[in-house]
Amino acid sequence: MLHEISKSFGATVALSRVSLSVVAGQVHALLGENGAGKSTLMHVAYGMLRPDAGTVTVSAAGGIATTTHGFPSPRAARAAGIGMVHQHFTSIPALTVCENIALTAGWTETGRAAERRAESVVGRLGLPLRVSDYVESLSVQLRQRLEIVKALAANARILLLDEPTAVLAPREVDELLTFVREFALGGGAVVLITHKLDEVFRVADRVTVMRRGEVTLRDVIAKQTPQSLSRAMIGADLPPPIRLEARTGDVLVRASGLRLQRRGVAANRAGIEGADFSVRAGEVVGVAAIEGNGQRELLRAIASVDDIAITTGSLDVAGPVGFIPEDRTTEGLIPQFTLAENLLLGTIARSTRWLAWPALRARTGELLRAHDVRASGPDAAAATLSGGNQQKFVFARALAGKPRVVVAEDPTRGLDLRATQVIHERLRDAARQGAAVIVHSSDLDEVLALADRVLVVARGQVRELPRDTPRDVVGDTMLALESVA
Amino acid sequence: MSIAAPMRAGARDLAHVAGAFGLGVVLLSAFLAIAGFHVAPALSALWNGAFGSWDNFTSAALVRATPLVILGLAFTLGSKAGTLNIGMEGQFAAGAIGTTWAGLHLGGVPPVLAVAVALAGGLIAGAAWVALPVILRMKLGVSEVITTLLLNFVGVAAVSYAVTGPLQEPSRIYPQSALIAPAARLPHLAAGSRLHLGFIFAIIIAGLLSLLLKQTAWGFRIRSVGAGPRAALIIGRMPVATIAATALLWSGALAGFGGAVEVTGVSYALYQNLSPGYGFTAIAVALLGRLQPTFVLVAGVLFGALEAGAAAMQRDAGIPAVAVQVVEAVVIITVLLTARRRA
Repeated sequence: MLHEISKSFGATVALSRVSLSVVAGQVHALLGENGAGKSTLMHVAYGMLRPDAGTVTVSAAGGIATTTHGFPSPRAARAAGIGMVHQHFTSIPALTVCENIALTAGWTETGRAAERRAESVVGRLGLPLRVSDYVESLSVQLRQRLEIVKALAANARILLLDEPTAVLAPREVDELLTFVREFALGGGAVVLITHKLDEVFRVADRVTVMRRGEVTLRDVIAKQTPQSLSRAMIGADLPPPIRLEARTGDVLVRASGLRLQRRGVAANRAGIEGADFSVRAGEVVGVAAIEGNGQRELLRAIASVDDIAITTGSLDVAGPVGFIPEDRTTEGLIPQFTLAENLLLGTIARSTRWLAWPALRARTGELLRAHDVRASGPDAAAATLSGGNQQKFVFARALAGKPRVVVAEDPTRGLDLRATQVIHERLRDAARQGAAVIVHSSDLDEVLALADRVLVVARGQVRELPRDTPRDVVGDTMLALESVA
Repeated sequence: MSIAAPMRAGARDLAHVAGAFGLGVVLLSAFLAIAGFHVAPALSALWNGAFGSWDNFTSAALVRATPLVILGLAFTLGSKAGTLNIGMEGQFAAGAIGTTWAGLHLGGVPPVLAVAVALAGGLIAGAAWVALPVILRMKLGVSEVITTLLLNFVGVAAVSYAVTGPLQEPSRIYPQSALIAPAARLPHLAAGSRLHLGFIFAIIIAGLLSLLLKQTAWGFRIRSVGAGPRAALIIGRMPVATIAATALLWSGALAGFGGAVEVTGVSYALYQNLSPGYGFTAIAVALLGRLQPTFVLVAGVLFGALEAGAAAMQRDAGIPAVAVQVVEAVVIITVLLTARRRA
């Protein structure tokens, strides 16, 4: 299907003679670290990028469509039967489900006629989607399913899924993977990009692994093991996770009878409606929750950032707190500022009236070296760093303040395996050096891998689960499907 | 915007601006030719009006540049904190009223003190004029773009009211005020020149603002709030709304100061149409100067020269001064386009 594709951006070679064949009736997993070229390859297949060299071929019942320089546009790719579900949602929140489907599929009907047609597509998939609902009112899961519906409405027979499970809870992931299997069984072809190896083994028939713009492994899944795949992805074996027995000290965070809420928000919106827990020095507490269940408000209350109001109960935190916000580029950093300026951002509250730039730049340089942040220097704009290095810098800044409590929101989102490992190590180091570490991740496996103790936040309720709780039970608790009393 | 970047980009920017001016002049020539004017004498008048002699440059170009620079810096300060002060025309008018009122009551006061009081009157009036938008923004989240813009019309109307009512000259014939006390007037920089101390003020403000923004915690807070309000709140723990409001207030005060300098340095009296749209042209000046105080100073002088040349063209070649707006428009559009492409 994709033959010897090459693509460069300036001096950076994103793809070097990459080929990928996808067969009808099969699920093809595409693996690789961030920046390996997976998304670029999919963008070429979907007509969003023109390759510098190589061909894209789609064989259909009516003949074979070959394009020497890729499809000229996503519209042409859709016409050839290719549908893509992007990592970020592409529906328009202010339009209805039906309008979004019609827009992507290029329907000419409007009004009731379009709604009937949309209903028939949605009905075929058995989804609880009302076509007249506005997309902004949909849950994350339904929005994601809508992306698939849009692709299918355009009669896609080849689905390109770019990290579709990143935002889903375990049960939702199961449903999605089941759908993917069924689509393949029905004669469709699927390319599934994911970072999660277990999903690959559950659903894929074949696997292609990319590394730095080249294919490093191409095989049927049955002949591979998680170790062999991760070796192909990062070029070395993953070290086994080290988990030292936590040696805990004083209680540094204590919540009792805590209820809290974001200020200036309607009373029934996300907040915490009852939390009793404590976190001690030297332990890593994982917070498992699906977006919008109040965990964000809880973490921010502990870090005393943002506008969170405690309505009843008490929350005692022994500061200082190092906070790693979820969104690196809007909350963690000012991208167009230099690294020295971004460092100053963290200490501006204690700054003297006149700024000592030479000292600040020197401190930034030390921090970059100490934390192995790859940047051209203290004067590099934060935007010029890769995601992993940006996050390493955010950690370096937070830990430089010698915090007693470290609060991290989804600290490895969007990072590749290697950067993720570094961040995990930083969190464990912080705990080893006596900090109380509280970390939330949208990836349940990450929470379970990192945490000494697990707190589940669901619909504003905070529950601690025993350390050996099976993964499925944790997942169900996150969805508040059963009460673990 | 990093500290070092504009310096590195300086030479290329200069080339862009020069190219844009060239293109603007070519278009202006074409426009004049189509309209049936003689191109050569027109351009000659344009050039001579601005740069023809030292006196033309200082007495015409720099005198017109002074309010443009001060207002351009006012817009820059507001923009650095992420606010858009579109109401400088109104604040300029308010400042002119405040200074005129003060200046009329300063007979017998020693010169230095009289000038200080007159200028302070404009500064305070400008701040007062922007106070309502500041409060509406802080308390109700109303966009200052709308409120400051609308207060322009009120400001212009207030001048009309003042010069036909409370501040009208004693004979009550002309729609203008009496001349302010001589002690409250800014001294000229050279005998026989119309260039006054206000231009030095403009240079000092540009240097001061540059220093404040780069070297002080105050300026860093303002830049942070403008460049990354969420990060300023979460990591910098800054009172974002208050900092933005402070910058907007100072922006208005500075625009009022611009009106004060115009009255004490040039007109010595209040009348209608004191500003030929300085408050709007200055936005272009600030954008052309890439919101960097020292560049804004240069851009202000360029536009001051253009306006002076336009006046000469109208006087000597009979061509409407508005024709020069073709050049201004081409420069602004070109510079914005190149800045956008690079971003």
